[in-house]
Amino acid sequence: MKFLIGLFTGGLFGLGLVVSDMVNPARVLGFLDVFGNWDPSLAFVMLGAIAAHAPFIFGLRRRGKPLLATQFSRPPRAPVDSRLVLGAALFGVGWGIAGYCPGPALVASTRSGSAGILALSMLVGMWLHDWLVERATSNGLRMRKPTQVAHAPAQGVHE
Amino acid sequence: MAHLTTFVAPLLGGALIGTSATVLLVTLGRVAGVSGIVGNLITLRRAAESWQLGFVIGLMFVGWALLGRMHVPGSAAAPAALVAAGLLVGFGTRLGNGCTSGHGVCGLSRLSPRSLVATGTFMLTAMVVVVLARHVFAVGAP
Repeated sequence: MKFLIGLFTGGLFGLGLVVSDMVNPARVLGFLDVFGNWDPSLAFVMLGAIAAHAPFIFGLRRRGKPLLATQFSRPPRAPVDSRLVLGAALFGVGWGIAGYCPGPALVASTRSGSAGILALSMLVGMWLHDWLVERATSNGLRMRKPTQVAHAPAQGVHE
Repeated sequence: MAHLTTFVAPLLGGALIGTSATVLLVTLGRVAGVSGIVGNLITLRRAAESWQLGFVIGLMFVGWALLGRMHVPGSAAAPAALVAAGLLVGFGTRLGNGCTSGHGVCGLSRLSPRSLVATGTFMLTAMVVVVLARHVFAVGAP
């Protein structure tokens, strides 16, 4: 059942990316190029997505628990730290180079060689991150990693 | 017809993405963040979950089926640039705990301060890269 929900929501997500043309890197770069012939479409994608998601979050908080799980995942209430900012900054640089963020990269990689190269490199980048964090942790460096998902086993020290 | 591609289709596509995130939250209580889902599938540190596998299969299958019926241009970037971009996207989204979906859609919907800072940061650095490349160093498409 959980697999089917994943399949359905993933498919819906992919449909949204294709309908909004976010799988087209030229359109994404057209949004990022604020001094060029600016294309506002990415802003409307985010607007549409937030409009279809935000109202339910606040309704659900009062409802208690999800239909098929014991609790809502609670993303970390950690403060804004340098890892968050550095990670987001590096991601932005990569996004700006080619115009693919993770979702569109995966979708487009099914038909485009350039997206395929990028998606594979993205997986390597994720592995590299895990490997470096693992190494830093075993070296005794305190690398706090706020987990995105509350169900995941606690890693490192909890504040 | 320009308004159709820059206004109606993005709003509609965005609404589908937001609905996907809402269904995931209502049923499983989970966040529809693509980098988090993929990162958890390929890491050796935690066990992959069945819904995460389903999500990526559904995402890629629908993409494959739809993109086979239309022409969507790929990136014009050189292979070395694509590799660098991919490494940065993968490493950065794991370090920063999210991407355009997890921080940009779900986090902003939740009014999370961390996601607001992350989204502002990656939007800014991406814009700086594109503006530098196109208007200062004049590489890539106009």
